[in-house]
Amino acid sequence: MIDIVYDWAVAPFLDFEFMRRALVGTLALALGSAPVGVFLMLRRMSLTGDSMAHAILPGAAIGYLVSGLSLTAMTIGGLVAGLAVAFGAGFVARTTVLKEDATLAAFYLLSLALGVTIVSLHGSNVDLLHVLFGTVLALDNDALTLLAGITTITLVTLALIFRPLVIECVDPQFLRSISRAGAPVHFAFMGLVVLNLVAGFHALGTLLAVGLMMLPAASARLWAIDLSGLIAVAVVIAVLSGYFGLIASYQFGLPSGPAIILAAGVAYAFSLVFGRVGGFLWRLIPQRHLEA
Amino acid sequence: MTLTAPSIRFENLTLGYDRHPALHHLTGEVKPGSLLAVIGPNGAGKSTLLKGVVGALKPIGGQLKLDAIEGRDIAYLPQLADVDRSFPLNLYDFVAMGLWRTVGAFGTIGPKSAAKVAAAISAVGLEGFERRSIGTLSGGQMQRTLFARLLLQDARVILLDEPFNAIDTRTASDLIALIHRWHGEGRTIVTVLHDLETVRRHFPETMLLARECIAWGATRDVCTPANLLAARHMVEAFDRDAVACARGAA
Repeated sequence: MIDIVYDWAVAPFLDFEFMRRALVGTLALALGSAPVGVFLMLRRMSLTGDSMAHAILPGAAIGYLVSGLSLTAMTIGGLVAGLAVAFGAGFVARTTVLKEDATLAAFYLLSLALGVTIVSLHGSNVDLLHVLFGTVLALDNDALTLLAGITTITLVTLALIFRPLVIECVDPQFLRSISRAGAPVHFAFMGLVVLNLVAGFHALGTLLAVGLMMLPAASARLWAIDLSGLIAVAVVIAVLSGYFGLIASYQFGLPSGPAIILAAGVAYAFSLVFGRVGGFLWRLIPQRHLEA
Repeated sequence: MTLTAPSIRFENLTLGYDRHPALHHLTGEVKPGSLLAVIGPNGAGKSTLLKGVVGALKPIGGQLKLDAIEGRDIAYLPQLADVDRSFPLNLYDFVAMGLWRTVGAFGTIGPKSAAKVAAAISAVGLEGFERRSIGTLSGGQMQRTLFARLLLQDARVILLDEPFNAIDTRTASDLIALIHRWHGEGRTIVTVLHDLETVRRHFPETMLLARECIAWGATRDVCTPANLLAARHMVEAFDRDAVACARGAA
C-alpha cells in the first residue's frame, strides 16, 4: 500500500528534475496568485483577471516576435501590455463617467486586436502554443527565479497595502475621506494582478493562469468566513491543486497546465457540495434554529 | 485638539453638477462648535452642500473656505454609505477603521487603542456584536456601527447626512445623545435632517435650503410657517437649456 502511494505521489518528483522544477514553480505561483485572487473575488472583479490575461497575450506575442522564445522579451512584453491596459482603464474609469468594467473591456479588446494585427502583419508562423498553454515542465533556472521573485514582490506588496486595500474594498468612500491612498493602492493591486498573470503564463499559459487565481479563491469562500481564513484556505487549495495536477499530468500523460487547473476545478466542485459555508450538502440537512 | 478655531465659510457659493446648480449663492459661516441642522425639501441641495464641504464636489461658483481645517479633521457620514456589506469583515474591524488617523496603514492597535474601540462600540450599544460579520447586521445596527466609527475618528468637524433615516426611535435617541456629547466636546456638527420635531428639540441653529438659502439662524427664527412655506414652493427646476446665471456676476 505504502509502496503504491510512494510510486504515485512521491517517486515522480524524486526521479525527475523537471518534475521537481515544475513543483517549485507551481508552488511559487500558488502562494502569490491565490491571495490576489481572493481580493479580486471580494472586489467583484473575478472576470477582470480573464480580461487582463487577454490583454497580456499580445504583449507576450510581440516579445516572441522580436526575440524568439526569450523569457526576458516575453515577460517585458506581457508586463508592458498588461500594465498599460490596467492603468489606462483605471485612469479612464476614475476620470470619466465610464465604470471600470466598461473601460477594461474596451482596453483589453484593443490590446488584443492590436496584438493579433501586429503578429499577422509579420506573417510569421508564430508558435503561440507556449504562450497559450505554458510549459510548466520546462521551467529553467531563469523562469523559476522570475516566478519566485514575482511571488516575493506580491506577498511583500500585499502586506504593505493590506489595510488600505481592505478599506478600499469595504468602503471606498470612507477611504477617500481619510486618505489619498485609494488610487495608488488600487493601481498597485492591479499591478500585482498583471505580475501574477505574467508569472502564470510561463507555467500555465496566459488564459489558464487566471485559473490558479480564481478557482481557489471561489472555493475558499465556501469554507472560510473571515479574510485571513479565506486567504489561508485559497493558498492551501492552490498548492494542493498544483501538486495533484502535476501528478495527474505525469501519471496519465495529460498536458500539465490544464491538469493543474482541472485539479483546482475538482477542489471547487468538492467545495460547492461539501463546503461548510453554504455548500449544497449542508443545505439539505435540516437543522433547528438556535436560541439567539 | 488644537486651539485654532475651525470654521467653514461660504462666500456666494454655488455647488452643482455639470454647470447646473443644485444650491446657489450661499453666503455665511458655520462657527466653531456649532450644532447646525440643515433642512429643506428633496432636491434642495442639502447633501450637495455636505459633499462640497468634504471636497467631493468642487464649487462651480463662489468660494468655500475652510479655516484651520484639513481634510482629515472632517468626519462624514454620507446618506447612502457605500459599504460593501458582503465583504468578510467583522464589526470590530470595521469600527477600528476609524483609528486611521492615529494608526495609519501600518500602526498596530495596542491596548490603549483597543480600549478606545471597545468604548466606541459600547457607546452605541453594540457590545457583544464585535465578532459579528457586518453583513449580518440590521439597518439600524449598521447605522450604530457607522456612528461608532465616527466616534473613533475624533474629528473636529462632523457632517451627518440624514443619519436617522429608517432608524427606530430608540436608536435615534441614542444617536442624538451622541451628537449632544460631541457638541459638548466643542466639535462642529452639521446634520441634514427631515424631522422638524427633532430639529426643534435638539438643534439650536438651523439652515433652511431650497436650492438657495431661505433662512439661516436660531432654529425658532428659521422654522417659521412662512419660511417653511417658501421652501415648499421651491421649483425643482432643471432646465437643460438654462442660461448662465447673472446673479452675483460683477
